[in-house]
Amino acid sequence: MTTYPWAAGYVAGDRPQIVTARFQYEDSHTLERYLATGGYQGLRAALAKPAASVHDDVKGATVLGRGGAGFPAGTKWGLTPAGKFPRYLVVNGDESEPGTYKDRLLMECDPHQLIEGCLIACYAAGLSQCFLYIRGEMAVAHERVGRALNEAYAAGYVGKNILGTKFSVDIALHWGAGAYVVGEETALIESLEGKRGEPRLKPPYFPAAIGLYGQPTIVNNVETLANLPWLLRNGVEAYTAIGTQTSPGTRMVAVSGHVKRPGVFEIINGTTTFRDLLYGEEFCGGIRNGNDLKAFVPGGGSAPWFTPEQLDLPFEGRLVGAAGSMLGSGAIMVMDSTTDIPKAALSLTRFYAHESCGQCTPCREGGTWLERILSRICDGHGTTSDLDLLIEVGTSICPGDFPHASSTKLGLEATPFPYKMTTICFVGPSAYAPVHSALTLFREEFEAKIVKRTSIPVTVGH
Amino acid sequence: MSRLNAANLDLAQEIIGRYPVARSATIPLLHLSQEQNGYVTRDAMQQIAELVDCTAAEVYGTASFYEMFKFEPIGKFCVNICRSISCHLVGGDELVEHAEHVLGIKPGGTTADGLFTLEAVECMAACTEAPTLQVNYRHRFRVTHEDFDRLIDDLRAGRLDGEIPPHGTLARERQHIPADRAAGNVSPDTPITPAWMEAAQ
Ligand SMILES: Cc1cc2nc3c(=O)[nH]c(=O)nc-3n(C[C@H](O)[C@H](O)[C@H](O)COP(=O)(O)O)c2cc1C
Ligand code: SF4
Repeated sequence: MTTYPWAAGYVAGDRPQIVTARFQYEDSHTLERYLATGGYQGLRAALAKPAASVHDDVKGATVLGRGGAGFPAGTKWGLTPAGKFPRYLVVNGDESEPGTYKDRLLMECDPHQLIEGCLIACYAAGLSQCFLYIRGEMAVAHERVGRALNEAYAAGYVGKNILGTKFSVDIALHWGAGAYVVGEETALIESLEGKRGEPRLKPPYFPAAIGLYGQPTIVNNVETLANLPWLLRNGVEAYTAIGTQTSPGTRMVAVSGHVKRPGVFEIINGTTTFRDLLYGEEFCGGIRNGNDLKAFVPGGGSAPWFTPEQLDLPFEGRLVGAAGSMLGSGAIMVMDSTTDIPKAALSLTRFYAHESCGQCTPCREGGTWLERILSRICDGHGTTSDLDLLIEVGTSICPGDFPHASSTKLGLEATPFPYKMTTICFVGPSAYAPVHSALTLFREEFEAKIVKRTSIPVTVGH
Repeated sequence: MSRLNAANLDLAQEIIGRYPVARSATIPLLHLSQEQNGYVTRDAMQQIAELVDCTAAEVYGTASFYEMFKFEPIGKFCVNICRSISCHLVGGDELVEHAEHVLGIKPGGTTADGLFTLEAVECMAACTEAPTLQVNYRHRFRVTHEDFDRLIDDLRAGRLDGEIPPHGTLARERQHIPADRAAGNVSPDTPITPAWMEAAQ
């Protein structure tokens, strides 16, 4: 287990490394180091083949999207309408889902790997121009990626007639300016067009058909693209030899909260369990102060919560979905026995309420109401009917059964992912997810706050 | 003074030149004007509108959507403390309270000497290094109350000026596409099959 001061949070171990192999070098972000460690070899391998064959490699390797939805990149690239050009690539470097920390590391520590990944994607899918959208609050990532692009242009890896071939593409670094919802791919496109970052209604039109400037557009996450240089350099077989058939390769996962050693790990996809991650000596080494585990969020702030009963599930999308949650953006947040559950739910719900773009009433109003009701419960002003009100507001955002984990203690069966929703994007449902999980699994903590309330409620409307 | 100066106007033209549709440069240009003036002025938005060919109201509509843009002067150092779940679990809220006490302001406020603006913000992608804060969008990790006090002292004394530029400056290193290496913009109105795809067709 090794850490590096220049890659804060990253923990290397005795495991295969597809995207973090260079983090061990302090100068990992320079072209010199990149070239000395196999850099741009994947691009060379790609350019030696027809574009369609590179696309086949990415399909054959089942490179799953790492941004949240887990959709296979090769399949997505195939959804552009045949013969319709130009097509664009938009790189999603907006990382801001609570608990998520990996893309910023990839951009700061290995920007050339990302650039090479962008080039391979553009070549394979016939994308004529690339926009690399980096979250505004990441000043160091801007500097590192900017410098790397300048180096790569000067050395002939980006721009006109790359490495002397017919392949030409510009990569423009683009700056965000602070708005979580912009991470949603259609909002990202709106933002890149210079507008407010409001998600577009989809279906009918997904970005692959109608995206940036109305043209076919592929939106991919930073980590997804960072996988491509290794894949092209080492081949499909080497890639699929790691992980499982449905979840090949590795994944970057951030474990934060009440563990002994929080960290960002590149883990083997599909087989590593939550118990390995939370308790394994090569990972987090157990719960802090020897406390008991109360609950954990398995896949970013919008994911329904798990309890110790789900610890033996592997990090595999379908299994986690069937168990009532999702893997999302590879972010696990751990809560020990000392956690004030209603307050933790409030912290998460407030996030989504605050980040609502305001287009959909159930999200704009519902999120705000969820936050207000939770706040007054936490402040000791809640009533028992508030608990029903939380569910009622939540049901207006997500009608029907909402996913949750099983609990033998409570005699509950799991309700699998996904849910129905009345909103354009997932921000609305995400505001409800923590409330629903907390109330389903820890209702007595809410009741305790209401019974012990510090003031007499006034019943003249709100 | 609040319109872009000559050097920044050149830079603005260069940035616009990287997009097939000028309006895409709106956010980068807002950052550029915030870098020059410390905040985004009405004149700057008017000028950006002219540069990217839309109305000033559209530029304001965009600018006001994003939290990083300020419409009045703020402190030289914008201190953003995270209050999202991972930080909340290990003392983020207490760090905000401590900062309020040390700086004598509430989140959203600026100290009388114009040095510090305090903000309580949402997740900034450093969740394993909680509690986290940023000064002018540069991270500080696992911040104890003592670390915070020392940081404020250092900032006050100018000891971190080399590492942390004044509010408004994001990246000190910019992308420049050399003219002889540029592939060139690909306009949505030119339905041309990319050269490297032609052989396959
Ligand atoms: C509210 C919201 C926020 C999102 N934020 C991000 C983000 O910060 N980064 C990201 O890559 N994907 C994010 N996504 C997922 C994107 O919409 C999109 O699915 C992803 O970028 C596609 O890339 P991939 O297929 O490579 O995963 C978000 C989705 C939603 C609904
Ligand atoms: S769900 Fe919320 S954030 Fe998403 S589009 Fe609707 S109002 Fe905006």
